[in-house]
Amino acid sequence: MASFKPTKIQVYPKLGEKVTQDTLYWKNYKAPVQIKEFGAVTSIDFSPVTPHNFAVTAFTRIHIYGPFSQEPVKSFTRFKDTAYCGRFRSDGQLLVAGCEDSVVRLFDVSGKVALRLFKGHTKAVHLTDFTSDRYQILTGSDDYTCRLWDIPNATELTTYREHTDYIRCGVTSKLNRDLFITGSYDHTVKLFDARVEKSVITMDHGQPVESVLLYPSEGLLVSAGGRHVKVWDLLKGGQPLVSLKNHHKTVTSLALSSNGQRLLSASLDRHVKVYSTTNYKVVHNFDYAASILSLALAPDDESIVVGMTNSILSIKHRKNQEDSKEIAGQQRRRPSYRVFVKGKNYVPKQDDYLVSKPVKEHLAKYDKQLRRFNVSKALDTALETWIRFRKPEITMAVIKELDRRGTLKNALAGRDERGLSQLLNFLIGNFVDARFTPVLVTAAEMILDIYQSIIGQSPLVDRQLLRLQDLVEKELDYQKELLEVLGMLDTMFASSLPRKEVPCSGIGKLE
Amino acid sequence: MVEHGDIRVVHCGGSKLNFRDPVITHDSRFLLCASGEAVKVFSTSTEECIHELRGHTGLVTGVLLRPSNHLQVYSSSLDGTVRLWDFTDGILIKTCVIGYPIYSFYASAKHENVIFIVTSMPSEKRAERFQLVAVHLPQSGDQLVEARELSAVLSGVNPNPAAIAFGRGVRIRRHKDNKKGGWNTFTCVACHPKDDCIATGHEDGKIRLWRNFNHKKEYTYSTLHWHHSAVSSLCFTPEGTNLLSGGVESVLIQWRYKQESERDFLPRLGAAITHITVSPDGSLFCTSHSDNKITIIQSCVKVSAVIQGLVKGDSIRTDLMMDPRSKALVLNGKPGHLQFYSLQRDKLLYNLDIVQQEYIHESGLQQFEVVKAAFDASGLWLATVEERHQKAAELELNLKLWAFDEQTQSFVLNTTISAPHDAQITAMSFRQTADSQTTLLVSTSKDGHFKAWQLAAPAHTEDEGPSWLCDFVGAYHGLVPECCSFSADGSLLAVAFQEVVTVWSPATWELLTTLSQPPGAVSDLCFGRLSCSKYLLGTTASNLLCCWNLLTCSLEWSTSMDVRRLLVDPLSENMAAFCYQSGSTDLFVFKPSEPRPLFSRKAVCSGKVTQAVFAPREEMLESCEESSQWLNRSQLYFLTQQMVNNISSSTCFLFSPLKLVIDDSVAMTPFYLLLGKHRQQQQEHRDSDSSLWAERTALPQTSASIKELLQTPAHVLPSTSYLCSMFVQSLLISVSDAREEKAHAEEEMESEKEEEDSEEEMESSRSKPELVAAATESDAPALTKAQARELRRVRKLDHSWLAGLLDS
Repeated sequence: MASFKPTKIQVYPKLGEKVTQDTLYWKNYKAPVQIKEFGAVTSIDFSPVTPHNFAVTAFTRIHIYGPFSQEPVKSFTRFKDTAYCGRFRSDGQLLVAGCEDSVVRLFDVSGKVALRLFKGHTKAVHLTDFTSDRYQILTGSDDYTCRLWDIPNATELTTYREHTDYIRCGVTSKLNRDLFITGSYDHTVKLFDARVEKSVITMDHGQPVESVLLYPSEGLLVSAGGRHVKVWDLLKGGQPLVSLKNHHKTVTSLALSSNGQRLLSASLDRHVKVYSTTNYKVVHNFDYAASILSLALAPDDESIVVGMTNSILSIKHRKNQEDSKEIAGQQRRRPSYRVFVKGKNYVPKQDDYLVSKPVKEHLAKYDKQLRRFNVSKALDTALETWIRFRKPEITMAVIKELDRRGTLKNALAGRDERGLSQLLNFLIGNFVDARFTPVLVTAAEMILDIYQSIIGQSPLVDRQLLRLQDLVEKELDYQKELLEVLGMLDTMFASSLPRKEVPCSGIGKLE
Repeated sequence: MVEHGDIRVVHCGGSKLNFRDPVITHDSRFLLCASGEAVKVFSTSTEECIHELRGHTGLVTGVLLRPSNHLQVYSSSLDGTVRLWDFTDGILIKTCVIGYPIYSFYASAKHENVIFIVTSMPSEKRAERFQLVAVHLPQSGDQLVEARELSAVLSGVNPNPAAIAFGRGVRIRRHKDNKKGGWNTFTCVACHPKDDCIATGHEDGKIRLWRNFNHKKEYTYSTLHWHHSAVSSLCFTPEGTNLLSGGVESVLIQWRYKQESERDFLPRLGAAITHITVSPDGSLFCTSHSDNKITIIQSCVKVSAVIQGLVKGDSIRTDLMMDPRSKALVLNGKPGHLQFYSLQRDKLLYNLDIVQQEYIHESGLQQFEVVKAAFDASGLWLATVEERHQKAAELELNLKLWAFDEQTQSFVLNTTISAPHDAQITAMSFRQTADSQTTLLVSTSKDGHFKAWQLAAPAHTEDEGPSWLCDFVGAYHGLVPECCSFSADGSLLAVAFQEVVTVWSPATWELLTTLSQPPGAVSDLCFGRLSCSKYLLGTTASNLLCCWNLLTCSLEWSTSMDVRRLLVDPLSENMAAFCYQSGSTDLFVFKPSEPRPLFSRKAVCSGKVTQAVFAPREEMLESCEESSQWLNRSQLYFLTQQMVNNISSSTCFLFSPLKLVIDDSVAMTPFYLLLGKHRQQQQEHRDSDSSLWAERTALPQTSASIKELLQTPAHVLPSTSYLCSMFVQSLLISVSDAREEKAHAEEEMESEKEEEDSEEEMESSRSKPELVAAATESDAPALTKAQARELRRVRKLDHSWLAGLLDS
């Protein structure tokens, strides 16, 4: 005796984007916290030490926010003009920032007044950074020079005048105190070694370079400029590895996820794209309200902070594992797991006599009804509100099954006003869904056949039937238009494709 | 002794098991059922076939236990004989020639030595009317008797056995009376074993219990109703406490006698119930089903065993295929299932559920049917197409791809593609390269497209396995593709669009060339293999067989013949073509490179051959005859549809060279018994009754004498105490072993010489049945001779042992 085979619920292809591990990971953030700054947010930098405060450079101020505070923990306001590139030292004690007035200021995070002022540049300084030995500062300026400064003496150590345009980005090596990289509007990215006078490697990006990023291993370098993001292999002397063109406006900022597996790029086109660093394919995409100027990821990807041109700072915090669990736990209170596994993992001893109990098969409610040939009840069960709205595919599967059994007409017949309106509601909701249409057309025809005699008796049903009619008419028009478009496309493709001669067989030619 | 290279058609199995009601023996250990021209004896506990009672030359139409001896069974056949068998040993006891084809027969314990048979009216030419005839079986000790005492009982009966039943000496005949419209026609009848009560089943699904039938016209009846369609079988349990009924709903219902409101159900038995029988002690029920299945049910309404034969649906739409892994024949059987049938053992291995839906047993309902199936070369992938065509609704089509799972040793569903095409799929083919990693499937459809499906790696998430995606959609001038074929190395794909054959490269999906041979659409296509791989063969609707050379893209040769089926042998260059001509089918076997056929046989069978398949042999045959060489590596099986007196039964045939059959028959001769033992001490014997020897071969020092000792009957042996020491000694490795061996050899030589004269006469007697009869058969006279020889030899061997003992 074969057991009852449950109704097969068809798995329909999910419309829209595919749910992947990445989507799940990057979607697992709370709704963003938005903070209004005084001007366009040009730079965001996370402190390397806990509690991982972050410095936000906007207009003439640098605000330092705590990980969960919506108010700045600290602000540095002593800038004469627009501040640029506020960056923490690796111990989180000091902060350096450039300024439109060409003066570089060094702050103590706990203090208020600048500890040191580095004067020497003649134009705005957009790039500041600490070297890895913590005693020197790298700066790059619109006067085409980049300089190294000694922190204790506040003196200039070296000046490099190799770039031929504004230097707007750069980064120091975290592993070697002498290496640093600068990107400039002259389309080049240069790697400098402080021990020699000249740049060591020059890479041509092709567009004004807006941002550079070093991989944690420092074997690979990422540069962003124009619409391109390019990856360079430093160990091979600056060979281009990949060129990514996924944005349709200038890419302004780059970041790496904490495990180094994902690369993020932010652009003026209001998108943040996440790439896999193994195949450099876009695996996820964030949309923001305005053009993005700066982007930073907290350690462990705890939050994504984005600064935009409309002076809004958007902070997304990762959802807590415990939070989601708690919510799930509140939703259903069930006997604990231990109740179910009680005795299940008992291993029988050698002399034990095993009494096998037939496994009780679990059938869904509608399947139980179908097994007893209660067709109307099965359809009623499948039309329950929750299933109807949340899982229309189950309702569809039951309708299909009834149709296969040849009893759909019986199941549809004999309904009162409420039942019928429920049914019509479902029809109206799903009729134009291409996945469901073939089955629902049959069902709709049957409904019209059965209930045509009662038209005019209930205003509710009449109204729904009119809506259904409207819907069908609209859909027909729509399909017609689509066919027209398809025809147009076909002619365009046919004219654009080169004609190819099909080789004919010898026989065909002879005859 | 027999001409070598004679190729014959051998019926190889797949007979109906559900043709007539099966019989359970008194001890409930065996189940007997008519199966084609034999009666099969099954064990009720292990489902295994124990004996095949062979001897009838026509379809067996009935099996009955002999009422006076419960260890014997009668069988009747269309060849006009009734045979009496001992079913425990599978021996024919008596043959009784009636002279008329018997359609069904009955016996009653009250009537000693009388059987009742249904036969056609001798007066009428066309066997349209039947009569019930009582036959008195003559009492004589002869093996072959002729029954002359016939007396007609009734005329105008139905040949359906369900229409006649015995109850306490009263005989009921099916009578048609349409009292209230045409719906209460009788379909079956059963008599209560104790009470004066008759149960009848009706077309409208009602069961009527008639009482007081013996009193003239004062009968009353009550009606039971559960079935929604006709009741096909009824049966009372031996004590009369329960009534069993079954019908197309495939539910067995047990009604309590006199408490009819209480019923037990056994639902979902798989297919419509055709017969119900109960064992004489009432402990077992058994139901035959329309899908060639017998279910054995315990009296507590629980299924205990299922005996399944080859399922023959209305039509074999999937064609015959070979599973490359299990070498089983695959075709569609039960609705929505694919069956795997072992040709070697004539046994259904398993049914693969393709549709995976609850089957609703209702006539007139459109069900999902498996219409196409294809295996890839390694047997790792199986593709199936199921379709359901309902009036006024769209065609529902599913393409399913199944992966072979090593752990469960079965196919697991990998991908379901719903609506792969807009119209019916006409052909499907896997790329046959063994080495290539990417598997490719091509399906052609009536919507004018062919699609290539490829196994794609999981796109995003890791938890999903690889699944199949559409790789390419091809079309050619909007024509409908009818068939497709991959070349042997998988580098070319040929798709036939009506008259035009297009050749594509699967690597780039480029149209390489087109071939055509108008007029007539191409109906079948296949590439040559091995040395003939440059040839592409096609058959057209206008009765042409064409062979194109792909190197020159030109027609190599063509011939005019009505090819119904074109087959390619997967292991050689050979191709087989079945042609239908004037009511019978001819077979041609040829190589594409040579226009002269290797083998041709006119009128292989009557009727059309629509399905055929090459099955690889388990071991290659060494045959040097030119005409039978093509069967060395594989056997050709084909399926015919035969109509036997409006009983449609399809049977499966195979070709096999006669040489193989001779090999088998040699195994049975006494000469082989004598010589073979020494030669094949280590080998396992094929004879079933030599299982004892097979066990003995496990001993390292098995000598022929031990075997002799164990084989000879006890009463001709010396006393056990005397033999014991010898027996133990023979097990030891003795120094005089070599000498003993020599003595044995001498002994053998001697006996051989003596044998030669008797050998010859035996050969002459044996060669006749070999030429006439088809398969191996157990021959009683030869065996008795063998036993006589054995006895003689044992006596001699006794002396030899004594001599050996004295020497040591």
